[in-house]
Amino acid sequence: MLRYSRAKIAAVLLLVVAGFVYAAPSLMSPETRTALRDATPGFLPSWLMPHQAIVLGLDLQGGSHVLLEVDSAAVLKTQVATLRDDMRRILRDEKIALAGGLAVLPRGVSVRITDEAERARVVPKFRELVTPTSSIMGGGGQAAMILVEEQDGLVTLSITIAGVTEKIRKAIDQAIEVLRRRIDALGTTEPNIQRQGIDRILVQVPGLQDPKRLKDILGTTAQLEFRMVAEGNASSPDVEMLPQTEANQPPLPIEKRVIVQGEDLIDAQPGFDQRTSEPIVNFKFNIRGAQRFGTATSESVGRALAIVLDKKVISAPRIQTAITGGQGQISGRFTVEAANNLAILLRAGALPAPLTIVEERTVGPGLGQDSINSGKIAAYVAAVLVIGFMFVTYGLFGFFANIALIIHVVLIFAMMSLIGTTLTLPGIAGIVLTIGTAVDSNVLIYERIREEARQGRSMIASLEAGFTRAFATIVDSNVTMFITAAILFFLGSGPVRGFAVTMVFGIVTTVVTAVTMTRMMIALWYTRARPQKLSF
Amino acid sequence: MKLLRIIPDDTSFGFMAFRRLSFPFSALISLISVGAFFAIGLNFGIDFTGGTLIEMKTLTGKADIASVRTAAAELDLGDVEVQEFGNQGEVSLRFGLQPSGEKGQQAVVERVRATFGKDYEFRRVEVVGPRVSGELVQSGILGVVLSIIAVLIYLWFRFEWQFAVGAVIATLHDLVLTMGFFAITQIEFNMTSIAAILTIVGYSLNDTVVVFDRIRELLRKYKKMPIAELLDLSINSTLSRTVMTSVTTSLALLALMLFGGSVIKSFSWAMIFGIVIGTYSSIFIAAPVLIYLGARVSGDGQEATSETADAPQSTVR
Repeated sequence: MLRYSRAKIAAVLLLVVAGFVYAAPSLMSPETRTALRDATPGFLPSWLMPHQAIVLGLDLQGGSHVLLEVDSAAVLKTQVATLRDDMRRILRDEKIALAGGLAVLPRGVSVRITDEAERARVVPKFRELVTPTSSIMGGGGQAAMILVEEQDGLVTLSITIAGVTEKIRKAIDQAIEVLRRRIDALGTTEPNIQRQGIDRILVQVPGLQDPKRLKDILGTTAQLEFRMVAEGNASSPDVEMLPQTEANQPPLPIEKRVIVQGEDLIDAQPGFDQRTSEPIVNFKFNIRGAQRFGTATSESVGRALAIVLDKKVISAPRIQTAITGGQGQISGRFTVEAANNLAILLRAGALPAPLTIVEERTVGPGLGQDSINSGKIAAYVAAVLVIGFMFVTYGLFGFFANIALIIHVVLIFAMMSLIGTTLTLPGIAGIVLTIGTAVDSNVLIYERIREEARQGRSMIASLEAGFTRAFATIVDSNVTMFITAAILFFLGSGPVRGFAVTMVFGIVTTVVTAVTMTRMMIALWYTRARPQKLSF
Repeated sequence: MKLLRIIPDDTSFGFMAFRRLSFPFSALISLISVGAFFAIGLNFGIDFTGGTLIEMKTLTGKADIASVRTAAAELDLGDVEVQEFGNQGEVSLRFGLQPSGEKGQQAVVERVRATFGKDYEFRRVEVVGPRVSGELVQSGILGVVLSIIAVLIYLWFRFEWQFAVGAVIATLHDLVLTMGFFAITQIEFNMTSIAAILTIVGYSLNDTVVVFDRIRELLRKYKKMPIAELLDLSINSTLSRTVMTSVTTSLALLALMLFGGSVIKSFSWAMIFGIVIGTYSSIFIAAPVLIYLGARVSGDGQEATSETADAPQSTVR
């Protein structure tokens, strides 16, 4: 009880000092932190010299949390369409004429080839489609497609669940890349973009007053196509009617054939038309795009060329001369911001599939600051009340418990800064709550000491018994709290998870501070003062 | 210095005798809670119902709640709940799920912004779609169920099964009463409330475990003592701790409730309620249940005879 090796005392002191050092940056101003980081010699690893403040959640610093979901049906639809095109190409290459044509099923394509010889030629080619080209991402050996051949010559290729999932996963990967480029172009600080589950992307952007622009940028697929406006027969199967982006304009008949796509763009910049000074977007094609665009425009001088974005016609200017330089401009009665957005979208590329916003949580910076302030006040008031109460009840021992309590809070902050977990408003509530519960361990010990003393044990024996007997109880009672907090951590999201984090950290540190540190303080005090009886 | 003592030393209250009162009483308020849960229902927040919540603060002096209400109703976006809160002209608007799906949800925000954007600062915007809210309901229920199972298993390992059952009965009791509290007060029930419930579960168990630990210890010590007397002794000897911890935790929660802001306020209310019933249930439900389950510590009574010698008669009396 009384003897502590120097090494043990040093270890505890080191922990306390480290706690203060790692928690300190959170109290500094951002300028001081930057200065501190710049002053750190380069050969020291960054974790050794802490300059990392605690990360504030979006509910405290203000910002937007947007959860996007990929349109799985659309992904499957494109997948089936690609499959159909592949099969059609094979059939064409093998010069097989079909009586019935290709039948598109919800999750596959089937074709009836009655001639056995023809079937023998085609089916191996189909099988090549089925065998995945890259087996690394094959989803643990599960086939992405299966081929079924029936007695009457019906051949069906269907996409398996694993195949669809894999496609969605890839679409999400691609979409994350595209979104990152788009958001970076917005120039916001420290966006966080991450996959969530199979088919979702979480985007967190701090400090936006109005997330409308962010949402516009996130929610647009940005599939750009240059297509001819149809002349004459608008009811031909190769023509479709597309609406215009500008309000109150009639839909236009547009040829289905795409001349050049957005993926052939290498640059897009907002600018102004030299004659009308209207906002426009200037673009540049790559070599392939420039060639195709050049050929198409020189063949169709005098016709109207439609610029189509996500199945809507932005504008359909008449081709004056052949455009062979690979450069052009899009005008469409844009506002400056709309031209800016379009340029960003075109530069970042199209999303592989449409994304829908399924959840949005935005907190304005004003509310965030208010929450920080009220959280601080609540924490101070709670600390003063608890510290006062402990002192009034246990006197000197209460004072020891209070020192442990302060170190406990410091250690929570240090752990959060070090690991980089986010502090949210419920997280602050969690810390305040642990101020109330952390002293529980001390209360358990002290009450036990008093009990033992009342039963006539000597002072030192009571202290010894109090600490050892209460310890099992402290562990048991904290494990139950820990279990519920841990479950909350795994199931909760966002701010609530922040609450669970502080609770978990609080439970861990309370055992260290309330048990080990108080015990050490009491032991040091006892060896100096040698009191004859308990002071409480 | 004269130190504060809330609970005098060596109390010997007959808690177990109270079970004839406390069991019917708990049964009654549990029934009321269940009744309120089904009759009144919970005031679910948009986390669980889906929909749109907008909090805004006036830029010009005082909020004109009546005109906000009219303007919001004119938007024709289904049922809208308009509430004034705080004391600085803060107004919250709550819209239900829109029939037109996720796109419709987003349109709500845009239209509200267009209507009120001039005169109000938008402080909080939350849009939860139907699928997300469904998942949140699932994970909320799952969380509560999982934690009860996990704790049951832990207590079963650490104690005898009777203790685990007693703790879980007490916890379910607290859970039912807390739901009743949410139903009767109509405090909004959202993800933060789930956090409150899980914390209440954790706290109530923590309290129960402390009492149980002492019961187990005394069971080993006094093999011959009648169980009711032994339970009374255990509770009495841990009573000052139970009260002390309830006080410190309540002090912290009081600070949160008064100064923590509107989001934290309802959480703190629920927690304070939970602390009170958690403490009550550890003493008046969890412990007396052991009488009926016939709790005894397994193993032979060899050590008991030697230990009874120094049994402090003063505390048993």
